[in-house]
Amino acid sequence: MPDDSAGPAATPAIELRHIDKRFGEVHANRDVSLSVRRGSITGIIGENGAGKSTLMSILYGFYEADSGEILVGGAARHIRTPSDAIAAGIGMVHQHFMLVETFTVLENIMLGVEGGAILRHGAAAARREVERLEREYGLGVDPDARVAELPVGAQQRVEILKALYRGAKIMVLDEPTGVLTPQETDQLFRVLASLKARGETIILITHKLREIMAVTDEVYVMRAGSMVAQRRTSETSEQELAELMVGRKIRLSLDKAPAAAGPPALTVSHLTVHDERGVQRLDDVSFTLAAGEILGIAGVSGNGQSELLEVLAGIRAPEKGSLTLDGREITAERPCGPSEMRALGVAHVPEDRHRLGLVSNFTASESALLGYQHDPAFAGGWLLDRGKIQRYCASLMEKFDVRPRAPNLRSANFSGGNQQKLIIARELTRGPKILLVGQPTRGVDIGAIEFIHRQLLRHREAGAAILVVSVELEEVMALADRILVMCGGRITGELAAREADERRLGLMMANAGPLPANEVPPDETIGEAWGEPWRGEP
Amino acid sequence: MEPELLLRTLAAALRLSTPLILCAMAGLLSERSGIVDIGLEGKMLAAAFAAAAIAAVTGSAWLALLCGIVIATLMALLHGYACITQRGNQVVSGVAINLLASGLTVVLGSYWFQQGGQTPMLTNLGRFRPLELPGVNLLNGVPILGAIYRDLISGYSLIVYIALLAVPATHWLVNRTRFGLRLRAVGEYPQAVDTAGVSVAWLRYRAVLLCGLLTGIAGTYVSIAQNAGFSRDMTAGQGFIALAAMIFGKWRPYPALGACLLFGLLDAVAIRLQGVRIAGIGEVPVQLIQALPYALTVLLLAGFIGKAVAPKASGIPYVKER
Amino acid sequence: MSGARPDLPRWADIGLIPLVNVLLAFIVAGLVVVVIGESPLEAVQVMLSGALGSGEGLGYTLYYATNFIFTGLAVAIAFHAGLFNIGGEGQAYIGGLGVGLLLLGLDHSLSWPVLLPLAVIAALLFGAAWAFIPAWLQAYRGSHIVITTIMFNFLASSLMVYLLVNVLNEHGATSPESRNIAEAAQLPFVTDILGGFGIKMAHTPLNLSILIAVLACVFVWIYVWHTPWGYELRTVGQSERAAVYAGVRPRRVILVTLCISGALAGLVGVNEIMGVQHRLLLNFNAGYGFTGIAVALMGRNHPLGVVLAAILFGILTQGGAELSFEMPNIDRNMVTVIQGLVILFSGALAHLSRPWLEALFALLSRRRPSLKEA
Repeated sequence: MPDDSAGPAATPAIELRHIDKRFGEVHANRDVSLSVRRGSITGIIGENGAGKSTLMSILYGFYEADSGEILVGGAARHIRTPSDAIAAGIGMVHQHFMLVETFTVLENIMLGVEGGAILRHGAAAARREVERLEREYGLGVDPDARVAELPVGAQQRVEILKALYRGAKIMVLDEPTGVLTPQETDQLFRVLASLKARGETIILITHKLREIMAVTDEVYVMRAGSMVAQRRTSETSEQELAELMVGRKIRLSLDKAPAAAGPPALTVSHLTVHDERGVQRLDDVSFTLAAGEILGIAGVSGNGQSELLEVLAGIRAPEKGSLTLDGREITAERPCGPSEMRALGVAHVPEDRHRLGLVSNFTASESALLGYQHDPAFAGGWLLDRGKIQRYCASLMEKFDVRPRAPNLRSANFSGGNQQKLIIARELTRGPKILLVGQPTRGVDIGAIEFIHRQLLRHREAGAAILVVSVELEEVMALADRILVMCGGRITGELAAREADERRLGLMMANAGPLPANEVPPDETIGEAWGEPWRGEP
Repeated sequence: MEPELLLRTLAAALRLSTPLILCAMAGLLSERSGIVDIGLEGKMLAAAFAAAAIAAVTGSAWLALLCGIVIATLMALLHGYACITQRGNQVVSGVAINLLASGLTVVLGSYWFQQGGQTPMLTNLGRFRPLELPGVNLLNGVPILGAIYRDLISGYSLIVYIALLAVPATHWLVNRTRFGLRLRAVGEYPQAVDTAGVSVAWLRYRAVLLCGLLTGIAGTYVSIAQNAGFSRDMTAGQGFIALAAMIFGKWRPYPALGACLLFGLLDAVAIRLQGVRIAGIGEVPVQLIQALPYALTVLLLAGFIGKAVAPKASGIPYVKER
Repeated sequence: MSGARPDLPRWADIGLIPLVNVLLAFIVAGLVVVVIGESPLEAVQVMLSGALGSGEGLGYTLYYATNFIFTGLAVAIAFHAGLFNIGGEGQAYIGGLGVGLLLLGLDHSLSWPVLLPLAVIAALLFGAAWAFIPAWLQAYRGSHIVITTIMFNFLASSLMVYLLVNVLNEHGATSPESRNIAEAAQLPFVTDILGGFGIKMAHTPLNLSILIAVLACVFVWIYVWHTPWGYELRTVGQSERAAVYAGVRPRRVILVTLCISGALAGLVGVNEIMGVQHRLLLNFNAGYGFTGIAVALMGRNHPLGVVLAAILFGILTQGGAELSFEMPNIDRNMVTVIQGLVILFSGALAHLSRPWLEALFALLSRRRPSLKEA
């Protein structure tokens, strides 16, 4: 049970000591220690994949640490399951809400703590308690509303209510603002302040500097699985934190000649797109891409870059506006699918390498065919020439230094860098007029990064029009000749690469207009009612 | 149709609906927990065999019922083990269970009883006989009401009444209890249940066990109440009709009951109309009536009659995400 | 989720685990035989000699295998697109209806060499048509293929009963059967063909359809692994998003694949109606659709594996009949039990043996370096 507040103020609410966790090859947490003062808001900041969420999942009993200790209120606790965490007074607001959408708010809150075998018996007491909590913290949700019908911000407050109802004294929020509108974010921060005022301890996990500065008392910085710094928020700055988060990467020094931008290869005008849930993803986007230049798109992930790439690649049809390339205009009425786009000379290195760029269970040579399965070079008549495809794959591997040079190895068995090199090889080899590249070096080792960058530049020299989307500012600055900044589905700034620095870009990425409306990546489709289609090979 | 015939047809419909109702409730409990069960048929068949075999040997209907339930529950556990613990494909497991039941009942039956897969015909001993509710004679004189009471309300075997009780019981369990709340949650979004500190696997196992219990009763009914012994593949697709009824009822107990009664009525009417010529129409194609449940279910699934939305997580093994 | 786990060598993943799974199924089946009080080894002997020991047995074995190849291929090709076609039963039934209608219409005017290609086309079309509605509903309305194909199995059954009782039955006859088709329109039995070459063989139902089965295997092998469309089919089965990226339209692929699947199942009709029964009757499709699932799972969805598994199930079916003759205690439905067990162990419990094997391999690989040191 949460200890009474009589304990000395010096005892931290939570202490993690030397937490270490591996997932196979990945060292997710390396000897991480952290101490959270009671009644404070403590931030944990770091880039995607820095190990923040793993650490909090360990605290909440979702995973067990390989080694290390968890102390709650000064006493060591074994937290093996979420119920242990709940018993220790820890509540968690997950990034993806743990709410049953078909249930009412009250049913969701009661789930797991129903107060008796018959629902009716516990329901009245639960309702009273929920109403009390709601009033006390100003949460403003109707206990009888169905969760599916609530806006995202209200759903999140249900999650907070759920944790409070379970007696949480320590509340962990995992990337809570990713899915919120600016107004909802402000409301969340007010709720956090009122929680703090009533003595709750809050841990806020985020990768957004602005939020850390706005609400936390203390901040920890994680990078590549390690805890690299601890600061009082009042004594640090966004710049310092940014540096700490990113660390000192090797300087990307690309000798590149100034761009010899040619005629426009692609003109995008007034492009507007909503996603499947009706959230606006692109809002009146217009720009041109010239032959012989690299145009970088910078922005916090989830601000419409993915959808932009999908529209340009023909995966998603525009709703309003148009694309013009090669004398052809593509609109909602006259859409153009991925294969026609390829025929028009558009190549696409997708952001999501594992799910789009290749097929994990295919051999490398099969993956090298993806998107070009009807290329007459391989499909003369009706049949695929498998020998030819293998030789072709081997030659791609040779040219782009893909290791191991094994066309028959399963795609999944290559390292991230080599997978990416194979995909880039496949997309570059036909000399496309327009090349779309999403996150060219995400999860790629340093040697491969340089190689990939040089390949892109070479292709620019050859006169291709290249669009690079990356969340790595340094990468954008090093590669691009011109940089567009996207935020909330709109283009919020444009700079020539030589004028760009992280500060100016950062301002454009965050400052311009409202915060992103929605940052959750399009959900992995949870499958249809009857589940994942049967995969044949067990 | 004269009233006498109408009453008798309705009563026949209820008798024919009984295994459907029990199986539909069984499937409903399983699927609401996220476990797809196309093995209702197999479990019912295995239970029918076990019950008939035990009844033939011991002459005790109650012992037979117990055995039917035990066998169906064991098969349900096998399904649960494959789907929950081993995270196997639920449809594949269901197909396997149907084939196992269809084969084993005949193989074991013909070995034990040497009657080509049938169990010995039961006399009244060892069967669930129709019950006569109190007051039938008393009300017999009352016009209309007396006949309704005698033919439509009284005169079924105990299991018919159990099946009718199973519906409100299921409704109560699913909608009014802690177990039901968790069951519905685990079929929609097991992660939410897991983070609430409740075991997903144990919940699903309990649902699967309840499914076994109900299919066991259904099978027992088929072999020792509706019939007087087991014959091969005697459930004849009723498990699938029950599945269809459950979908038709959109995974809710009372609408599923309605669908079962409708399908039972269609069956009873089809039997009644066998070979009957109706003026102006000629002979009614009985097969058409018998095919209606399937056709209606396809239409429903296609979204032409409302929308049937299955529990979101059904069919998906629960794997704790990394 | 196919074995992304690196802990097992690839050959073990592809070869050993399936073998262990099938072995487990047979061990359990053996236990059932023990329960019945017979010796499993003796039973195996009886089955093998019954199925392979004579020309007659062999003929029956291959005749059954022909049907199993058709339905096994039907299930396998759908699996490659990530779909579970449980409706082979109904598609085979309706495929047979197509063949039957064609033959009843033309048997007096044409002879079998002309009718054979037509019958194959009729079987393919009717089978595909019976798969088309569930396929369309799956692709465009999201109705789950498993449920709709189950319903279509029953619908096929009702339709056939109706047709045979009310429409196609011989005038005046009470049995629900059509008239026999003319002899000239019947597919020659293999016995008769071999007889023409002076080779004597006992009369069995084995007929020319087995060649069609071989052709069907070759077709599936080429289509799935050697054509752009097969490539697209497998891409859809692996990842619909990757397929969209590659310019594939998954809905169309689903529709086409399921129709091919249904067409393959429909070919059972050629074997049964044109080759063996020579008339339309009830339940000639008996259980072949479900056996197809076991065959596909056991054959790992590869045509070669399907052929081997189909022959094994042919042996089981024919040997099972023989067995029930020799050992009256064992009913021929023992085959159904084995099918169920194979589906259970090769399908739903496919990963049962993996942890054990992984532990075994870990043990072996730990021992190897220490041996080197010694």
